[in-house]
Amino acid sequence: MVTVLYFASLRERLDCASELLPLPPGTPTVADLVERLRAREGRWPEAFAPGRAWRVAVNKAMADLATPLKPGDEIAFFPPVTGG
Amino acid sequence: MPRVRVQAEPFDAGREIAALTAGRRDVGAVATFVGLVRDLNEGSAVSAMTLEHYPGMTEKALEAICDEAEGRWDLLGLRVIHRVGPLAPGDAIVLVAVASAHRGEAFAACEFLMDYLKTRAPFWKKERTGSGERWVEARETDEAAAARWSGKPPAA
Repeated sequence: MVTVLYFASLRERLDCASELLPLPPGTPTVADLVERLRAREGRWPEAFAPGRAWRVAVNKAMADLATPLKPGDEIAFFPPVTGG
Repeated sequence: MPRVRVQAEPFDAGREIAALTAGRRDVGAVATFVGLVRDLNEGSAVSAMTLEHYPGMTEKALEAICDEAEGRWDLLGLRVIHRVGPLAPGDAIVLVAVASAHRGEAFAACEFLMDYLKTRAPFWKKERTGSGERWVEARETDEAAAARWSGKPPAA
């Protein structure tokens, strides 16, 4: 299992702050997880559609689609940051 | 004092500068930047703002940005304080303070820290305007400002 977090506008659009998900089989990456999220009903496909601006972090470090995942990882999806 | 703080409470820039320089005689320059909430953004009056962040990653990202600044310039101390939660126009959001022997390094590191913070630290602003609440969109100019630093650092 992995923990998946959503922040800011993405959290509101998906109406989900966090969830526990099983890891995709094989040697999964962020891309595999995103494929699963896109396959959901409702607003999920649109939120993760190609070309939409979102960022991903794995274990609190910036990551990308190719980043490998392992059990116990914390994966966070969020919009481009706007602090400062 | 830790060099990075994420807090709801206001900060006192003067106190932070005093802490950076207390008991030292090698500091010749302190550059500070304070970011404030404006009452106007993208043509709309802003009545309030909320800062959301990713606890744990925020501190880690800010520490990494500080490490990078310390690797690029000879610094004698630095402070990054970022506020979270509800804020009002006129409130200070962020403080960056950098101490060094000479002003060139302090100015450069201060600007670098802000440019990197704005593009790498997981904070998100939500504004309240007359037509409701809206998430602030990231600006391409912020990415461009951060990209300026990706070449070789200037000679100190």
